[in-house]
Amino acid sequence: MAGIAFVGLLAAKPIFDVISRAEDPKKAAEAQTAAQTQTKWGMAIKIANCKDGCTDCINACNTIHNVPDIPDPKHEIKWIWDVNYEDVFPEQNSPFLANSLKGLPVLVLCNHCDHPPCARVCPTAATWKRAADGIVMMDYHRCIGCRYCMAACPYGARSFNWVDPRPYIKQINPDYPTRTKGVVEKCDFCEERLALGLIPACVEACTEKALVFGDLNDPNSDIRKLLATNYSIQRKAELGTGPNVYYVI
Amino acid sequence: MIEKAFTGSRKYWAWILFLLIIIAIGFGYYLLQWYRGLGVTGMSRDVSWGLYIANMTFLVGVAAGAVMVVLPYYLHNYKAFGKITTFGEFLAVAAVIMCMLFVTIDLGQPTRLVNLFIHPQPHSILFWDIVVLSVYLLLNLVIGWYLLRSQYYGEQPKAWVKPLILISIPWAISIHTVTAFIYSGMASRPFWLTALMAPRFLSSAFAAGPALLIIACLIMKRFAHFDVGKEALQKLAQIVLYATIITVFFLIVEGFTVYYSQIPEDMSHLDYFFVGLNGQTTLIPWIWTCLIFWVAAIVLLINPRTRKNEKTLVLAAAMVFVSMWLDKGLGLLVPGFTPSPLGAITQYLPTVPEILISLMVWGIGALILTILYKITIGVKEERGEEESHAISFSSQ
Amino acid sequence: MYDKGKIIAGIVIFLILITFPIWYLTAHSQTSHVPQLQAAAGNECVESTSYMLDNHMKLLDEWRTLVVRDGNDTYVASNGQEWNISLTGTCLSCHNKAEFCDQCHTYEGVTLNCWSCHFAGY
Repeated sequence: MAGIAFVGLLAAKPIFDVISRAEDPKKAAEAQTAAQTQTKWGMAIKIANCKDGCTDCINACNTIHNVPDIPDPKHEIKWIWDVNYEDVFPEQNSPFLANSLKGLPVLVLCNHCDHPPCARVCPTAATWKRAADGIVMMDYHRCIGCRYCMAACPYGARSFNWVDPRPYIKQINPDYPTRTKGVVEKCDFCEERLALGLIPACVEACTEKALVFGDLNDPNSDIRKLLATNYSIQRKAELGTGPNVYYVI
Repeated sequence: MIEKAFTGSRKYWAWILFLLIIIAIGFGYYLLQWYRGLGVTGMSRDVSWGLYIANMTFLVGVAAGAVMVVLPYYLHNYKAFGKITTFGEFLAVAAVIMCMLFVTIDLGQPTRLVNLFIHPQPHSILFWDIVVLSVYLLLNLVIGWYLLRSQYYGEQPKAWVKPLILISIPWAISIHTVTAFIYSGMASRPFWLTALMAPRFLSSAFAAGPALLIIACLIMKRFAHFDVGKEALQKLAQIVLYATIITVFFLIVEGFTVYYSQIPEDMSHLDYFFVGLNGQTTLIPWIWTCLIFWVAAIVLLINPRTRKNEKTLVLAAAMVFVSMWLDKGLGLLVPGFTPSPLGAITQYLPTVPEILISLMVWGIGALILTILYKITIGVKEERGEEESHAISFSSQ
Repeated sequence: MYDKGKIIAGIVIFLILITFPIWYLTAHSQTSHVPQLQAAAGNECVESTSYMLDNHMKLLDEWRTLVVRDGNDTYVASNGQEWNISLTGTCLSCHNKAEFCDQCHTYEGVTLNCWSCHFAGY
């Protein structure tokens, strides 16, 4: 009896491995050995560098990606936006928070997690972790609009097209698709620009150099140098999602 | 056998017509949702699941609850349930079909439903939910229909149905467990991140399913003059009573951990549910109605006099059914989403189209249930007081 | 047979109703519209005309998988030439949606959902 139970447990282990992560375990093992050579895109945000009331990065992103400006907050689409420090880092909140941080708008976007819960729950792999560079991708052709990913994301990074977004786009950028009603969307680290050797639009648009983008696997990259010499935090790191957006305080 | 559904009294046809009208109205609104998108509902970026998924979750429970009549009859040879097992199985059939429809109408891209089957992802709990629900539907349809058919032709059911019946019992547990796993596996929502989710789901299922069966039996007694017998009803009532008590106990257990440990994020969701958060108090009437119904139903069911009185019994069953819907439907979803991961409190109220579309699905479920029950009554009346299923697992 | 007359009448009415579009068009003596394909601006397509005629939808589906899922934005044609995978950037640089795509799709009653996202001009 005990023997059977033991064999059962042995059999259950790989099953748990499969259902608890989005990547193929074989692929994940390969990825681990190749970890030193492959790219892992990440971003660091120097929150003190943001100018008061500046929305250059947000505007650049919205314009390039045809992000609609929907007035009803319930139907909003957001790729990168700002939220008060206290709400972005609720666990860092204290009665004697530094004055410079109180009510400070902090940029939030998709964290392109190492272990993205959104990709784990997606029933069709319409969202998945790209093995080559770690971007959490969206396939708007395949998304069925079940919104399981929105429930699973601990960062509120995902938006659903409750209505047709087109009427809410002032000037459509013909080089980038809009989305259709009924699919989920989010930041993809400007995957289309990276393919052309460009940096993400928000990073490029920032005149204060508050956003630093680069390869976290490359010890000589700007982002690694910045993180090596400054204190930084991640959002809800305790959940083990491995967020790749860092905040330099 | 199916011809039994086409002969009925004036009341039967009036009821069918009423359901068809409800379905037609809801379908009209579904077309509106089809063309305009899910923006016609009250759901939002923060509360991204609403009435549809709430109903789905609840109805998985109703489907699973049917096992409470199947198990005692087949495994413990409890004869009093002989007359109602088919009703239990067909209740599961109607409830699972409703679940599937609720998932479908909740999709942003319903035409891509097929992607679930051509790109299945075993790491998604939704995939497993679809698997277990489909198999459960098939099991109950085959078992219920085959046994009724055997009775209709006066035949001894063949042996192949026995393993199916045995499988259907743990399978009922699995459908609700897997549905609970959809919620309890997400680190993003502390309100759902509890190992107690599956047991809570099961206990409330074992209350809601049999409660609906009590109501259905009393309706059939009144309008179709088909009596399932006092003993079966009383046993069902006891099952509802115990399952309701366990449900309340589980809620207390959950509340203790949250409020005694005082972890702020965990408390914020329960606060929103019970006392309101930052002046937002929409859900308070829901949970307090639910609590009052639970206590009232427990009192009515514990007292033998009120339990044996059909009027108070049906009242208690209705209160259990409604309160379980409040608790596991919107009461599960909305506090889970509120406050949002970024601390926002967004009100959710279902819109008129959303309610009417939901009623469409309930109408379809009621129609399927009515037709299946009509056939069952017809067969059972024709065959008289004969043992409904000449099949047993006990050694005789 | 019971209700012979009613059944036959019912069948006749049913047949008239389902063949109505044919009657309607005959009565209006409408000649069918023939798609008028505008010559494309470029010199050559990614594949031969006959191949594209039969397989353009399969090719586009393959492109979509390559670029979105595999992160590969270069298509190597059967003649070895390389093309950037882009519906609006490559296809539409020669073809016009209204004068090319819509001609046949409208005629055949094919409803596409490409254009709800990919932008083909105002």
